[in-house]
Amino acid sequence: MLRALTPTVIGVLVRRGVDFATAEDAVQDALVEAFRVWPAEPPRDPKGWLVTVAWRKFLDTARADASRRHRETRVEAEPSPVAGEEVDDTLQLYFLCAHPSLTPASAVALTLRAVGGLSTRQIAQAYLVPEATMAQRISRAKRTVSGVRFNQPGDVATVLRVLYLVFNEGYSGDVDLAGEAIRLTRQLAAKINHEEVAGLLALMLLHHARRPARTGPDGRLIPLAEQDRSLWDTRLIAEGVDVLQAALARDRLGEFQAQAAIAALHADAWAAEETDWSQIVEWYDELVRLTGSPVASLNRAVAVGEADGPRAGLAALAELDPALPRHAAVAAYLHARDGDPVTAARLYAEAARSASSLPERDHLTRQAARLNTQLRS
Amino acid sequence: MAKYLLLKHYRGAPPAVNDVPMNQWTPEEVSAHVQYMRDFAARLEGTGEFVDSQGLSPEGMFVRYDGEGRPPVTDGPFAETKDLIAGWMVIDVETHERALELAGELSAAPGAGGKPIHEWLEVRPFLTASHTITE
Repeated sequence: MLRALTPTVIGVLVRRGVDFATAEDAVQDALVEAFRVWPAEPPRDPKGWLVTVAWRKFLDTARADASRRHRETRVEAEPSPVAGEEVDDTLQLYFLCAHPSLTPASAVALTLRAVGGLSTRQIAQAYLVPEATMAQRISRAKRTVSGVRFNQPGDVATVLRVLYLVFNEGYSGDVDLAGEAIRLTRQLAAKINHEEVAGLLALMLLHHARRPARTGPDGRLIPLAEQDRSLWDTRLIAEGVDVLQAALARDRLGEFQAQAAIAALHADAWAAEETDWSQIVEWYDELVRLTGSPVASLNRAVAVGEADGPRAGLAALAELDPALPRHAAVAAYLHARDGDPVTAARLYAEAARSASSLPERDHLTRQAARLNTQLRS
Repeated sequence: MAKYLLLKHYRGAPPAVNDVPMNQWTPEEVSAHVQYMRDFAARLEGTGEFVDSQGLSPEGMFVRYDGEGRPPVTDGPFAETKDLIAGWMVIDVETHERALELAGELSAAPGAGGKPIHEWLEVRPFLTASHTITE
């Protein structure tokens, strides 16, 4: 795949002394040309072709700049040697694009372009903003990291957060962000042996496996318990479980491994009733311990409700802040299970009013409507 | 990032501090106001936060379906509806605080006497598409 070569070619240009922002632009130009020329004339050495064309694009720009400004532009033709260890260019690009000085949205945009090789237009479409806005977001991000040395070691955790954000955005427009996030995480997992990279990859694969069952033909959200499990992608599940088991065997638990373990337990059950909720509660305990995340505590209350009955779930919920997002939705679900449709209907309606996503609001409204209809008859 | 609608009302919002109808301003004050709005949008494009900006004609009608095979029924325009939208700007920002900050700046657009209008803008978050990992 053509775009997979993007980070390598950027790396080559940077090693020849081109600054990152300029190198990235030149490689984008080369990609555009490749998409135009390759279908008719596929090159024998795709990487070599891209390097040559990107280098030419860079020289063209540098010369144009120099003549426009009537001054010399320093062009280093020789690769600048990296002292000591040989650093993987692709890995360095992941670190650079997820640099802690960037806001999450900038890091996401820069990663999709410089590591993923997506065009500004595609990224803009995926995030539903004008192309000019996205172009500015990317060039500001490049300016922010312009002082960062390319061979500086980075933090894997920041890279994982960026990839998680991309995956969670799902699918909008012509760009499959979830698929792209999986590709980028796979590529990262091949470069670096890290249990949480594997954990995140497993988490993505296990969730992606359920995608065909997650929405109805009318686009409505289908909750896990009601999904047609024959639509789940068994190949992705098997791969996700393998990746997760290898990660867990290293005995260095992290939040993505814990989340993936929960997803794997769901994937393991071929009917909702067969779900091993006791084990899921244990994994939520781990997740709460690892992250202290209130969202994890909220989801734990649902799992407790399934494992030990709705009363136990409500007791777990009572310990949490009612102001948490989706608190009312969880309370509504548990009250409905507890045989109190009046309270549940009221809470579902309240949850729908505070929902932050359209499919979620529609789902909660439908639940309230279903209970109210039952109550009237 | 989250998208927000900054909604500007002709009527329906609480009165502005510098509450003089635009047609009572000097032409220079009108131009200064228009320029401020343009600069504001351009600046947000530069920060990667701009999505859309539109103005609406105050002349509108109500329309509704009137049954199979019949033309839609129209009503209005009404001269005195309580709430009248003048236009909007859509922004895509990192935080809710940032949305409020930008709305505050937009509300400082100059009006009569070249002084900020201090008009009330309505700030409404967009409902998003659903996120993949929710359980």
